[in-house]
Amino acid sequence: MNIYKHEFKMSIKSVVIWSIAVAMLILVFMAIFSAIAPQAALLNEAMAQMPPELLMAFGMTGMDLATVLGFYGLAFTFIQICIALQAANYGFSLVSVEETDMTADFLLAKPISRPRILTDKLLSAITGLTITNLVVWITSLVLVNVYAGGQPFDTRTLLLLLLSIAVFQLVFLTVGMLISLLVKRVRNVIAFSMALVFGMYVLSAFGSMLGDDKLDVITPFKHFDPNYIISHGAYDLPMVLISVAFILISVVGSYRLYTRRNIQTAM
Amino acid sequence: MNVIEVNKLTKYYGKAKGIDGVSFAVDEGEIFGFIGPNGAGKSTTIRLFLSLIYPTSGEAKIFGKDCIKYGPEIRRDIGYLPSEVFYYEGMKVIDLLNYSASFYDKDCSRRIAELADIMELDLKRKINDLSYGNKKKVGIVQGLLHQPKLIVLDEPTSGLDPLIQRKFFDLIRDENARGATVFFSSHILGEVQKMCNRVAIIKDGGIINIQDIKTLQKDNYKRIVVEGADLDEGRFNLDGVTNLERENGAIRFYYKGDINKLMRLISESEVSDVTIEEPTLEEIFMHYYE
Repeated sequence: MNIYKHEFKMSIKSVVIWSIAVAMLILVFMAIFSAIAPQAALLNEAMAQMPPELLMAFGMTGMDLATVLGFYGLAFTFIQICIALQAANYGFSLVSVEETDMTADFLLAKPISRPRILTDKLLSAITGLTITNLVVWITSLVLVNVYAGGQPFDTRTLLLLLLSIAVFQLVFLTVGMLISLLVKRVRNVIAFSMALVFGMYVLSAFGSMLGDDKLDVITPFKHFDPNYIISHGAYDLPMVLISVAFILISVVGSYRLYTRRNIQTAM
Repeated sequence: MNVIEVNKLTKYYGKAKGIDGVSFAVDEGEIFGFIGPNGAGKSTTIRLFLSLIYPTSGEAKIFGKDCIKYGPEIRRDIGYLPSEVFYYEGMKVIDLLNYSASFYDKDCSRRIAELADIMELDLKRKINDLSYGNKKKVGIVQGLLHQPKLIVLDEPTSGLDPLIQRKFFDLIRDENARGATVFFSSHILGEVQKMCNRVAIIKDGGIINIQDIKTLQKDNYKRIVVEGADLDEGRFNLDGVTNLERENGAIRFYYKGDINKLMRLISESEVSDVTIEEPTLEEIFMHYYE
């Protein structure tokens, strides 16, 4: 558990910053909603004027922005991007940071097995992500209720959205970890995680625009499409299972790769 | 008992050779030197001991156990000082040392204080803010705090000032007297000469020679300087003489062979001064690298 504790201490600052950022994002969106809610009908009209492809690209088709849940669904897409970036950052840096900072020679020379190291690190990252997740839960529940302004909404659907976050985080965390172990060296964690997250987001946008189901399979943004969840009041289960499969493959693959990895030196 | 046993150990990084067919053994209680220029395969060998990397073929055993199979168990009794300095972002020296100590089933706090005192290391400073030499000291304390049975040093002295270097060598000698075996990798021959019982010379990924430091110096060459007014350097060009040169009326050369022959030759000449010395390890080393 010493590695877990150490890793958690190292990451706590980043967890706090990400949590505050996401909470602020939700606050801003819900404040905007409260400001425009009275003229929401106009907003929906304006949206209807826009080219449908554009709306599809942003996953905004069929969203009723006049309802608090519809608007929260719009916010949720951005929450997902933030959450994905944070998780991918942790995933990509999880093991690679030891090699870039040359601490791998310190850590791996200790009397401890590599699977143990990876387990502790993974658990620590999951703890951090769960804290951010909890912050999203609390701010979302509080702010949606506050800004609903007496407007009724389906709490079950909101909970479905929030429940999806944990799996969503795990996908980006574990896929990031796997990729970091597949490449020789991760020189810039941010570059890798931006590429992964925005790559997936763009795939999801293109998929919607082109109506191409094949692309949907790859991108977690489609597996947990807020639009789908809100309009159906349920998950797209086969898609969710694809995400779960991603997680399992990434975890198993990472353990195998890490235990066989030749640790790089700085040169 | 052999503390380290290396058998035809080979490591290729793709096509690039790290080491190839390296075999040697280090006895318990030895201070074993491992010399070679940068890129000869010193760090590769050490990193194989710690299973930071995995061998292409061959094996290394430490305390009689396979390095990979029993890695975590073996590493309980290894203290390793990496050649590169490292730090965790934002950590204080004492935090890092406590973290290091937390991997061992014993209380190391007293030893940490002792070692920090010897090495003049300020425990309260942030590692990021330390100079290269001070970071190196953190590495030293970190490697020794659990009183390991085998100490593995990879270029330990680079960046240390001479005073601290001496303290460091004293420290290593004390650990050795306590019973620790020391594996000392370096490209600075003088320090290996001072510290080690035996030395392995590595070049281009292969061991060239393993010798007792004393035999290495004794059995080989003598460095001879003969001074005199009218000396003919050609006279000294006998079998076993190398690097014969004349400089300011002095003739210098290395000699390997029957010393009596040489003595007679010198006694026949009119000389003002004669010096016969052990060559330094550097000079012997140069010979292997020619």
